Amino acid sequence: MDPAHVLITTGGQQAIDLVTKTFVDPGDVVLAEGPSYAGALTTFSTYETDVLHLPMDERGLDVEAVPDILDRLAADRKRVKFLYIVPNFSNPGGTTLSLERRHRLVEISAERELLIVEDNPYGILRYQGEPLPTLFTLDQSENVIYLGSFSKILSPGIRTGWIAAPAPILAKIAFGKQATDLCSSPLNQMFVHEFISSGVWREYVQRLIGIYRSRRDVLLSALADEFPPGSRWTVPEGGFFVWASLSPPVNTTDLLVKAIEENVAFVAGNGFYMDGQGTDSMRLNFSGSPEDRIQEGIRRLGSVIRDQMELYRALGMDG
Amino acid sequence: MTGKRICVLYGGRSLERDVSLSTGHRVGRALESRGYQVTGIDVDESLVRRLIELRPEVAFIAMHGKGGEDGTVQELLEILRIPYTGSGVLSSIRAMDKVLTKHILKAGGIPTPPFHAFNDAAFREMGAKDTLQIIAEDLGLPVVVKPAAQGSALGIKFAAEARDLPAAMVSALSFDRKVLLERFVAGRELAVSILGTAEPRVLPIVEAIPQARHSYYDFESRYTPGETDFEVPAELAPEVAAEVERLALATYRALGCRGFGRVDFILDQANRPWVLELNTIPGLTETSTMPLAAQAAGLSFEDLVVAITESATL
Repeated sequence: MDPAHVLITTGGQQAIDLVTKTFVDPGDVVLAEGPSYAGALTTFSTYETDVLHLPMDERGLDVEAVPDILDRLAADRKRVKFLYIVPNFSNPGGTTLSLERRHRLVEISAERELLIVEDNPYGILRYQGEPLPTLFTLDQSENVIYLGSFSKILSPGIRTGWIAAPAPILAKIAFGKQATDLCSSPLNQMFVHEFISSGVWREYVQRLIGIYRSRRDVLLSALADEFPPGSRWTVPEGGFFVWASLSPPVNTTDLLVKAIEENVAFVAGNGFYMDGQGTDSMRLNFSGSPEDRIQEGIRRLGSVIRDQMELYRALGMDG
Repeated sequence: MTGKRICVLYGGRSLERDVSLSTGHRVGRALESRGYQVTGIDVDESLVRRLIELRPEVAFIAMHGKGGEDGTVQELLEILRIPYTGSGVLSSIRAMDKVLTKHILKAGGIPTPPFHAFNDAAFREMGAKDTLQIIAEDLGLPVVVKPAAQGSALGIKFAAEARDLPAAMVSALSFDRKVLLERFVAGRELAVSILGTAEPRVLPIVEAIPQARHSYYDFESRYTPGETDFEVPAELAPEVAAEVERLALATYRALGCRGFGRVDFILDQANRPWVLELNTIPGLTETSTMPLAAQAAGLSFEDLVVAITESATL
């Protein structure tokens, strides 16, 4: 890859900010997965975009829905600036965009001149299955901007990420970068360079993969044991997160208050939508806690959920 | 009287922890500027051990909500014989429980919006759901549903229709096992701060005017500067202001409060005041109403904090 097509950023979050700042005017539409990364949504809303969430299933974004949505938005005279997507082990969904859908999405993007912002902070942390090509490598029409980060494979505190994009796009983003902070800390970049060029990162990432895979497995088996029938959750092939949904009318914002009393925390689902969806869902993180705590946390959460469901029944709200 | 050794207790594990940190740090700085020897304590399981070691002359309780405002920490300070600021154990228990407060107000002839209250056992064990329709007819809609013991407007829901009541009940029951269902009274929101014990002084009345996008004075509008406008003193006809002040003092006395406190009112469209609740430890943050009221009465923040500190007792 030509270094002229890469811009180092202060973490992946700045990359999202710069891309948004470069392309979006207030009132423009940004397409996002439903659910979508909360940190990106915050950025989009700061720049006063209209976020439209696209449907997802276990194979990731439902790309076949995209052309119709673009038609509908065009008919409403709405300007769509880009589609933001985390195709590998999405945050918070935990799902991965299938190979077939990747090809199709790149095709649609070329046909419709739809810019895609591919955010891939977790891609290397794969615990099962074969790595899939990025949208950026599949793209032949210069319609994909790729965002990378060292936060998940080296350290979040190192605040180093990057944008890879076609040269004309990158030139515009570089203007924005200069206005923001001139350049990202060269000292941190030297750390990253040493970490990568010495090759120690390979062993380190392998170790992370071993630890996170076990934690994921413990979480998935605890969910099967402890969550009530009717609950559903994603099975991530990598990354940090499982997205769990409960039977209605359970509201996870209410549930969180009770869970915190039991010293268990999750992120309530509606924080990953700009349109009020997600009230029945939660994001569970498995990378940050040791296995015994995951086991105990899910046991407590299961009992809080059952207690809440009993209350719904007592109030005649169980349908 | 300066040079006294004071422990400022703040933080703890209540949902109002952040508010308490803000109140506590501000109080600590104010006391230091007046020459007191201040030790701040972020309350955790080492609290009692530290108080025994430090033996302060006064504990300034800058905690809100469960643990700090409900008589728990007051009871510990009684046992340790350390004089503390604000109301005693019994008054704290009475004021923290909105249901108990309202029963006391009702018995004392102090106007408070009509209400009913349940704990979750009434639903789980006695089929109370079948009373919800009756309650809606009885109180009139909309109904406000509140956790009995939660401050800062956390967990408050409005039910516009009887069918909204169950979901509102679940939200409120997430915060407390006991919930209050209260007739919604539309009107102006007034906060009346009171300072003192034997001869309590009513500070100028503050009106909170949330910006249009907040439907009421909610958590965000309470603690985000600029989200609420305050009118101090509130523009009220003299006889209305006098009645509000009388009722605030009556509430303070009925609950047996001491040191300081704040009574929250709704003034309905006919200018009738209704008491909603009393806070035994009102917030003293940058956006809280009691410091504003004190300022309007010619008391700086430091003056206010010193007055509260010097009223500490056992």
